Amino acid sequence: MTFTKQLFIGLVGAIMVTGTMSSVAVAFEPDKPIEFIIMAGKGGGADKMARLMQAIVEKENLSSRPLFPTNKSGGSGAEALISAKNASDPDHTIMVTLNSFFTTPLRQPGLQIDNTTFAPIGRMAEDSFLLWVHKDSGITTFEQYLETAKADGTKWVMGGTGRAGEDNIITNYLNNEFGLSMKYIPYQGGGEVAKQVAGKQLNSSVNNPSEALGFYESGDLIPLVAFTDERLPLFPDVPTLKELGNDFSYFMQRAVVGAPGMSDDALVYYTDLFTKVYASADWQEYKTKQSLMGDFMSGAPLKEYWNAQNARHTVILRASGDIK
Amino acid sequence: MRKAEIVTAVILGILSLCIMWKSGEAPSWDPSVARFDNIGLIEGEGPGSGFWPFWLSFIMFLCCIWIGINWFRGTSTPSQSNEPFLDAHGQRMLMVVGGGLIGFLIVIYVLGFYGAIPLFLIYYMRFLGGHTWKLTTTISVGMTVFCFFFFDIAMRIVLPKGYLEPLFIPLYEIFL
Amino acid sequence: MDILISLLDGIMVALQPINLGLAVLGVVVGLFVGAMPGLGSVNGVAILLPFTFVIQSITGGATSPMIFLAAIYYGAMYGGAISSITLGIPGASTAVSTTFDGRPMALSGRAHIALVAAALASFVGGTIANVMFTGFAPLLAAVALSFGDPEVFALMLMAFATFIGLGGDDIPKTIFSICIGLVLATVGFDIVSGEPRLIFFDITGFSHGIRFLVLAIGVYGIGEMLWTINTNRHGTSMTQVDVSARSIIEAIKEFRHAKRGTLIGSFLGFFVGILPAAGATPGALMAYGVAKLTSKDQSSFGKGNVNGIAAPEAANNSASTGAMLPMMTLGIPGSPTTAVLLAGMVIWGLQPGPLLFTNQPDFVWPLIGSFYVSNVIAVLVNLAFIPVFLWMLRMPFTILAPMIFVLSLVGTYAAYLDMFDVSLMVLVGIAAFFLRILDYPVAPAVLAIVLGPIAEPKLRQSLLFSDGDFSIFFTRPIAGPITMIALILIFLPLIKFVKNKITAKKT
Repeated sequence: MTFTKQLFIGLVGAIMVTGTMSSVAVAFEPDKPIEFIIMAGKGGGADKMARLMQAIVEKENLSSRPLFPTNKSGGSGAEALISAKNASDPDHTIMVTLNSFFTTPLRQPGLQIDNTTFAPIGRMAEDSFLLWVHKDSGITTFEQYLETAKADGTKWVMGGTGRAGEDNIITNYLNNEFGLSMKYIPYQGGGEVAKQVAGKQLNSSVNNPSEALGFYESGDLIPLVAFTDERLPLFPDVPTLKELGNDFSYFMQRAVVGAPGMSDDALVYYTDLFTKVYASADWQEYKTKQSLMGDFMSGAPLKEYWNAQNARHTVILRASGDIK
Repeated sequence: MRKAEIVTAVILGILSLCIMWKSGEAPSWDPSVARFDNIGLIEGEGPGSGFWPFWLSFIMFLCCIWIGINWFRGTSTPSQSNEPFLDAHGQRMLMVVGGGLIGFLIVIYVLGFYGAIPLFLIYYMRFLGGHTWKLTTTISVGMTVFCFFFFDIAMRIVLPKGYLEPLFIPLYEIFL
Repeated sequence: MDILISLLDGIMVALQPINLGLAVLGVVVGLFVGAMPGLGSVNGVAILLPFTFVIQSITGGATSPMIFLAAIYYGAMYGGAISSITLGIPGASTAVSTTFDGRPMALSGRAHIALVAAALASFVGGTIANVMFTGFAPLLAAVALSFGDPEVFALMLMAFATFIGLGGDDIPKTIFSICIGLVLATVGFDIVSGEPRLIFFDITGFSHGIRFLVLAIGVYGIGEMLWTINTNRHGTSMTQVDVSARSIIEAIKEFRHAKRGTLIGSFLGFFVGILPAAGATPGALMAYGVAKLTSKDQSSFGKGNVNGIAAPEAANNSASTGAMLPMMTLGIPGSPTTAVLLAGMVIWGLQPGPLLFTNQPDFVWPLIGSFYVSNVIAVLVNLAFIPVFLWMLRMPFTILAPMIFVLSLVGTYAAYLDMFDVSLMVLVGIAAFFLRILDYPVAPAVLAIVLGPIAEPKLRQSLLFSDGDFSIFFTRPIAGPITMIALILIFLPLIKFVKNKITAKKT
């Protein structure tokens, strides 16, 4: 059941025209379990969120059929993208995405994935990034950090999740912008990176708040700067990079998308479903606790957001030499 | 057995060479990187992405040559054996059981697990095992129903249904 | 003393009717999920995670849902041994080494002894781990924190060393088997370079790598089964076991021979379990290797030595308790299952980390108390169900065999939800059958595919750290000695070999 590219574009056009996505009389109801693809392995940030969303759907009885999560972490999201693209029943296939939704199609052009063909169901949150060091390093401000890291040259080691991923992008930015030559070591997951900094195996990291929160509370890790537009409510004393005079911010999208070829009616149904999930008390509480940002976004605005992100990542990855 | 030993060693040797070739592949986004650029130790970084698979397959290849030498000198057990690799019974077994498994797999793609499971059980128990129809039917139906309730309903692991999918929509209606 | 009081309080909470009921339910669910080939604790825990939300809304607090999930985890660890022994297919990755001796014992009519030994060894392993967990959690967390990349790599090297003896007599075939396992483990995605690797014929299915259970179920569920059918030509191949209370009691008495394996497994498993990134599978494999290596009667391993069951079973239970430690105190999972448990804790609003014990005593101590309670429940439930599992073995082989085949295929699908993996598993199984006839040992390949994905990135991360300098494995205070011991163990057979040659020449 493969659809042609033209058909995709046609459908996308139709979806854009449809415009308003509020809860009108629903013409679509799932009649079998809904496959919920997760672009990451079990236990990661995306997985956590997917399972929370699934739990909220079940707890509040929002859907007549259950969501069944399928972890497809292969090839930095490539496996998930291919699997959604080839879904035999796009009306019952949805996927929770991260930024590999933008970077993987760029890094692996052989996959022939056009991420704008996916159905824009809803962006549930944006995760933020902070720069972390160990308390024993004696560093308390970003200026000190720059001095020490510059003095240490390649001896200064930054850890992060994967190659050419979010953490690497921020590290490259810091290296280029401030004339540093920090070494970057890729790891499997953010939790492991935070632990390596806490165990003083690494000098610094750019973890999400949720990954480093445990060590932050115990005082082992100190945040120096936030890569956000405004200060994070959980870390009111941590300045943003913008305040320090550099116009740079970077976020991780946490969005739910539909398989390419999803019908308009189904898209309306899922948008409505995830609007309710977003509004639920559990989701809001989780968002606050994990220091997640970003409002709900769907339909045409979400698609615009993707286009902007695609353009931005093309520039970033080209600059770092990760794509040609 | 003696012939099978050397044939297998040659096949595995070729396999090793293929993996060595494949390990040296350049990344798809950067055609300027030459094949086998990634199999060495990169200065200041340690092994490249192809290092581990390339050199391990190289060791595999050496092992195949070693197996060949043992075969030539007749020091390994299979190379001394004059028994056939698979006798008539073994060949038949492989055809009916191994072939049955492949058939099972193909039917799963067409009719899904719940179509294929009873067919395979009937094939095996009735035609290979010679059990009565009554016992065969009981077990194959019982096993299929058990799997549906265990996986699809209790565990929420939705097994593929192939072309039988529409039949399950009413069941979802009732049980989910 | 404070610890004892906190623990007693915790046990009292765990014994409250609702928590006790959840523990029993969890253990039974876990036992059956674990006994199903392919499904292990990780599936059980992941699938029931949403259900815990319902529990939380009834009881309030995160304690009861966590007790429920921990009980499933426990039950599944016990259950994994059941399919390893009765069906010869590892129930989960953690139970692979249990098949090495469990299957020969079942084939020779000693399944009851094997099952009882597995249950009792699991109990002892779990108990020892609980005591260490209770007494030394903060200290052990510090140990886990001091383990960086070179240390973990050194440990993996050690795991290989303990397994040198696992192969057959044919040296090139054993080396081949280890190498192919390691090579297959690199298929998929290379995290260090961020490149897809060895994606044969550009099939998407290879992009997630060749999964461990694809190899393990293929080799044991299909390959070994075909081999058994081929070699046992006259009807049934399993010797019948009589299922009676007497035989169970006899089996319990038999357990005294498994003391050594149990102790090795309990301590080694716990230590490997607390290290992030390792988890219960390497723990169980290492315990088996060490039990064999230090045994006076090495040749009986793999042919039905009861220590060969006790060591990995004690280790996988002990390691699963151990893996809770980095999860709770460092917020990093030591195994896929703890990754899901960690997700659960965060969803329920807890913050794992060094302060968890101080900030959330109302959560931590009842949970630890529930480990003790669940462990007792699990061993009792398991012993009670043994006759049921033994009864399964009394089925004629022409019924049991097709059911094993069906469970192998369904189990592989259920584990990974990917038809490609099922097809690959069948092909691997048929290939393993041919190799089996030609005396290629397969166990080293199965081991290698577990350790490879941990060892290779750790090697490369270490070398990135040291600018490509290999001395990093020798100069660090913890990594150094471990690497040295591992290298000695690896080259020991070679040294022996040369020595024998020399003495042979003299005489």
